[in-house]
Amino acid sequence: MELVFEKHSAGSGAANVPDPGPAAEALVPPELRRAAPPALPELSELDVVRHYLALSRRQVGVDSVFYPLGSCTMKYNPKLCEEAARLPGFARLHPHAPDELCQGMLALLWNLERQLCEICGMDAFTLAPMAGAQGEWTGLLIVKAYHDARNDARTEVLVPDSAHGTNPASAAVAGFEVRAVASNAEGEVDLDALKRAVGPKTAALMLTNPNTLGLFETRIKEIAAVLHEAGALLYYDGANLNAICGVARPGDMGFDIVHVNIHKTFATPHGGGGPGAGPVGVKAHLAPFLPAPRIVRDGERFVRAEAPPQSIGRTGAFGGNTGVLLRAYAYLAMLGREGVARVARYAVLAARYLAARLAADFPPAYDRPCMHEFVAAPAAAILKQGVKTLDIAKRLIDYGFHPPTVYFPLIVHEALMVEPTETEPRERLDAFAAAMRAIAAEALETPEKLKAAPQNAPVGRVDEAKAARELVLTYDMAR
Amino acid sequence: MSKIPEELRYTREHEWVRLEGDVATVGITDFAQDQLGEVIYVELPPAGRTFAAGATMAVVESVKAASDIYAPLEGEVLENNAKLIEEPGGLNRSPYGDGWLVKMRVANPAQAGALLTPEAYAAIAKE
Repeated sequence: MELVFEKHSAGSGAANVPDPGPAAEALVPPELRRAAPPALPELSELDVVRHYLALSRRQVGVDSVFYPLGSCTMKYNPKLCEEAARLPGFARLHPHAPDELCQGMLALLWNLERQLCEICGMDAFTLAPMAGAQGEWTGLLIVKAYHDARNDARTEVLVPDSAHGTNPASAAVAGFEVRAVASNAEGEVDLDALKRAVGPKTAALMLTNPNTLGLFETRIKEIAAVLHEAGALLYYDGANLNAICGVARPGDMGFDIVHVNIHKTFATPHGGGGPGAGPVGVKAHLAPFLPAPRIVRDGERFVRAEAPPQSIGRTGAFGGNTGVLLRAYAYLAMLGREGVARVARYAVLAARYLAARLAADFPPAYDRPCMHEFVAAPAAAILKQGVKTLDIAKRLIDYGFHPPTVYFPLIVHEALMVEPTETEPRERLDAFAAAMRAIAAEALETPEKLKAAPQNAPVGRVDEAKAARELVLTYDMAR
Repeated sequence: MSKIPEELRYTREHEWVRLEGDVATVGITDFAQDQLGEVIYVELPPAGRTFAAGATMAVVESVKAASDIYAPLEGEVLENNAKLIEEPGGLNRSPYGDGWLVKMRVANPAQAGALLTPEAYAAIAKE
């Protein structure tokens, strides 16, 4: 498909910008003026419309196909939440509007904080972080502030070897040294390895539960005790909250801090680079360190309060991505307490059903019931054909499905990580299982078909190595 | 089946070592490069840096994952493979040749006895 720049046709331009005249020119200092007009493409309005419509028709998303991308919770986001976020009273609110002119928004955010406290078993929440990674970073700055306030210099953050890459990355950015803790044969944190790793330098352990293998950490209370006895904190990465929301609470398991990926679990379309929201919740002993602004209820009124003295400060200019937070509020209001728990139960049921349906050709990496997602790998007979997980993923595109996550977690050879979510009906899960079955048969009979996939997509097999080695991020308009 | 040359020594972390006197050339094995897939980026330590055995020394990034490379023996870096930084694909084409990572002066060549023989490494790569 041609780029909009390549569709340029001189003289066809639809934009008709009036000449600003000499007075306007005088406002711009000579050294900042362009010598020549920018090389923008000229297209008629009709061609612009056709170009972007054609682009939109090539889009693949959860609104068009089954999208079982493990660890990402690509579930359907109800359109009602979208509508709530676009209500002009919210959407047109200026972040600098004085508190008395935005009581509705503040009340709603305050209530959302309470709801997240209830879901996560925490005592206080901040909605300020604008993405999951910023939530992690905020959480780790709170970890640091907590230990610093006790004059207890701690330099290490532990992560399991199955951890998502953002955990060690966030810890490193927050100034900690990262140490990996091995997983055991059941796919859980190895308690003995953890005991060996924990010491006076340990600031925190970052963990998801269920973990990145889609398995519940059954010894989570023992894990929490090991950390707490050593004076360290337990951090919950909310990546997998969809598996337990409304059913089990990180706070009750012994976690001290959580971040929630609002955009995953609570109804914001994601995967396109944002915006997201990564609220952070803490137990009472960490509340003084939360970032500003804090939304405080004063009788019937709500105010944005500045930071208390021990706060880590501000993590952004304003109070967070309110559009994303509004969607979450609408979603929770729609579901209610029982609905939220049903989300988790259906998500787990769908994953267990699909894992069982795929097991003959794609045996699970750990032979035990999964939570909301599972990690499997192609059967030995398939791998013997020289077929890799990547080939299977590419072939799924031909069958009309978005591929699952591949090659993660790193500790599983040729990993395939499937998260069907609660929003797909059984018929869709069966259709996916049938496609995987057909692909497994192809792998044995005509493996070259998989190697050449995808054939039915607008773009064939992309050279991922070339794309990464020769990164071109801008179009050279002078060409 | 991946190649495991007879004349080299190995680590559990899939590195190979060619020891000549007290100079060790270090790379990653054919098995490792195959597992990683196409390598897109390598980060190598400059000459003069010293490492304890087992310390993180370099990073190899592929289309699948970024992996730490550990110093197989204690020593000081003499030279890194500048050509590989320019053209990381060399690691896939020739893991035991042009794809070497660093040359280091080993603090105590006798420690090389702790490295794995080709037979011992073959057993690990099979797992």
